[in-house]
Amino acid sequence: MSEEKRIGVFICRCGRNIAHTVDIDKAIEEIKKKHDVAFIEENMYMCSDPGQNLLKEAIHSKDLNRVVVAACSRDMHEPTFMSATKEADLNPYLLEMANIREQVSWVHENKEDATNKAVKIIESAIERVKMNTPLTALEIPVTQKALVIGGGIAGIQSALDIADSGYDVTLIEKASSIGGHMSQLAETFPTLDCSQCILTPKMVAVSHHPKIELLTCAEVEVVDGFVGNFKVRIRKNPRYVTEMCNMCNDCVEVCPVVVHDEYNMGLSPRKAIYIAFPQAVPAYYVIDPKTCLGIDPLICSKCAEVCEQDAVDFDMRGEIMEDTFGAIIVATGYEPYPIESIGEYGYGLIPDVISGLEFERLLSANGPTAGVIRRPSDGKEPETVVFIHCTGSRDPAKHLPYCSKICCMYATKHALQFKHLNHNATAINFYIDVRTAGKDYEEFYKRAAEEERVIYIRGKVSELLQDGNRILIRGVNTIAGEGVELHADMVVLANGLIPSEGTKEISSILKLSCDSIGFIKEAHPKLKPVETAISGVFVAGTASGPKDIPETVSNASAAAAKAITILSHKTLERPPQIAEIEQTTCGKCHTCIHVCPYGAIYYDSTSNKVLIREALCEGCGSCAAACPSGSIELKNSTYRSISASIKALLKGEEMAQ
Amino acid sequence: MTSTMQRSHKEIKNTNPKIIMFLCRWCSGKGADLAGTSRLQYPPNVLPIMVNCSSRIDPQLVIEAFLEGADGVLITGCHLGDCHYKTGNYKAYKRMTILSKLLEQIGVNPKRFRLEWISATEAAKFAKITTEMVEDLKYLEPYRKGGKR
Repeated sequence: MSEEKRIGVFICRCGRNIAHTVDIDKAIEEIKKKHDVAFIEENMYMCSDPGQNLLKEAIHSKDLNRVVVAACSRDMHEPTFMSATKEADLNPYLLEMANIREQVSWVHENKEDATNKAVKIIESAIERVKMNTPLTALEIPVTQKALVIGGGIAGIQSALDIADSGYDVTLIEKASSIGGHMSQLAETFPTLDCSQCILTPKMVAVSHHPKIELLTCAEVEVVDGFVGNFKVRIRKNPRYVTEMCNMCNDCVEVCPVVVHDEYNMGLSPRKAIYIAFPQAVPAYYVIDPKTCLGIDPLICSKCAEVCEQDAVDFDMRGEIMEDTFGAIIVATGYEPYPIESIGEYGYGLIPDVISGLEFERLLSANGPTAGVIRRPSDGKEPETVVFIHCTGSRDPAKHLPYCSKICCMYATKHALQFKHLNHNATAINFYIDVRTAGKDYEEFYKRAAEEERVIYIRGKVSELLQDGNRILIRGVNTIAGEGVELHADMVVLANGLIPSEGTKEISSILKLSCDSIGFIKEAHPKLKPVETAISGVFVAGTASGPKDIPETVSNASAAAAKAITILSHKTLERPPQIAEIEQTTCGKCHTCIHVCPYGAIYYDSTSNKVLIREALCEGCGSCAAACPSGSIELKNSTYRSISASIKALLKGEEMAQ
Repeated sequence: MTSTMQRSHKEIKNTNPKIIMFLCRWCSGKGADLAGTSRLQYPPNVLPIMVNCSSRIDPQLVIEAFLEGADGVLITGCHLGDCHYKTGNYKAYKRMTILSKLLEQIGVNPKRFRLEWISATEAAKFAKITTEMVEDLKYLEPYRKGGKR
């Protein structure tokens, strides 16, 4: 290209964020020495309207044809400055950003060193921008259909919101019914409305919605593609019972296999043919292939024999289905922290030490005891129950470092519900702090502690021991500053939340970033709470961290709204920084064809050329690095431009020393 | 002889080593940004170049960096299995392993060339590795442009 490069450099002070450690005036002075910089200016906040106007006006008045903005990370404001450049009638791909905030001013203290580094980074951006060519964003069609993974309250809410907006949704759930953990809860804080009563109408709405395709017993296997067009392979596991099932329960009566019921946390038995819970959606039975005697080999077929509807089909096989979606919402939820790992509490050894979710099942009208609290050891109704908050939480040395947010409230709810069942009983809560940050939560806690005489002891329990048929609790009262020893008939451990297996699996399939615990990381913890690092993939509910039901629901609606921002377009723009092949030097060795992870490069035998399918290229640049003849380049990230960056970064070595 | 070698080993020979650091856009680049957001401190000697993927880095670019006078080259990417482009980091791993053997054979101290996997959340690891590498290189002679000492 022979046109004269007229480069404009704009340096952001970011208030004091950058200017505090980078000497802006000195940086300007250094960069002015470069003869190809036609214009240089600084601004307090380049991202502000005056900052952007400065950029736009300078492009016009100084006739700039290349722009460098030295400010924050490109993840933060590249779109801002690209659109400002575009508004000034300059191709937005002729802009480069130099990150002098996250990678300079915030990580260094010495002003001279930081200024030198900032100058080098800006100079390397200048070198890069010189080599940039104007590009046009690729237009790709959008599949106006969403995939929601996980059928708990978050997935249900997201699916309903998207479907109500008029877009097709596929909701997939691993288990045989949607509903998730919320379907296991008895009543919900702080209003004490019954969980099933508020959840089941939504579950039914999902099953009847004409825009929602519900797949249960299904799992995501592979996800390919990108925003607008994710190609997803879904495995549908066999249910062995067809939709003909009319839920007469005859099969259950004859089934000889008895196993623990997962829905009731193992506190009651179920058969190998069963329905997860009476209000399950879809409302038909399922066979558990791991324990059924009829699958392979066919030893028993009692259920099939009694079924008047001929709904039992032992020959049902899994299916693989493939579909394309414009956006994906991950709502794969949590599981309770495994309290078996807390040796001193003896869970699993002392029968009457139970988990929060187990107590929830005992409280439920459709639970194993029909809503009467009974001890697992002898079936007697307990008179004194101790609830231990923060079981495994806020304990960075041994267990989880974080607060699971909901345990104070659900332990308080448990104590209150227990008192409602037996007004003369004693409920004692051991707590570290009672955290009630939510609407009407503090009032709920006050009602338990002051009106309904639930006892709160501030302090930790150090051990639980079986003492006859009661449990001895040893702990400390940190307000009185003395040890506590008391007996109870039952102990409920309020365990925290960890990411579910499904959350871990899906984050590895989708390549989502996770925190050290395994919760999915949001694109920005405050401003992009439902977006993920991958464009078009959103996260809803507890898959991104502990949340209560109100927060989960609003989070799920937010994810749905974000998905709709994609689905509502017929086409999307895709970054055009993809690979291109220089045909005159290409030796047709096919190396690039083998390294491309997307199959985007192919050999066309009729023209005897190696060509790129532009729609498939993601722009990783692996082919460019592999090409032995240097015939492949990644647009605007060429070998020459990286090489020029290196030279610019190393140029002032002597000066710095 | 041994004692002089040991002593010379501990002597600071390069107060200001220069490291060219390649960041991938999806993991280590975000990790570097998070180090900034979290205000972690590390030496200013690491000079970043952001590419889309660690597989974009042509081994030739590493050699070029040394020839231009870099005292060290640090290549960072997503953890194996976590690559945004599916398998890019495996390719980088293979290429850079061969390159590191080659560099060693021509007499480049292995401390000058590192390949590290840093996720978007591992800001502390990012700060630790960069600090560590700068410290290591202070005990080696500075590289001059053209690879001459």
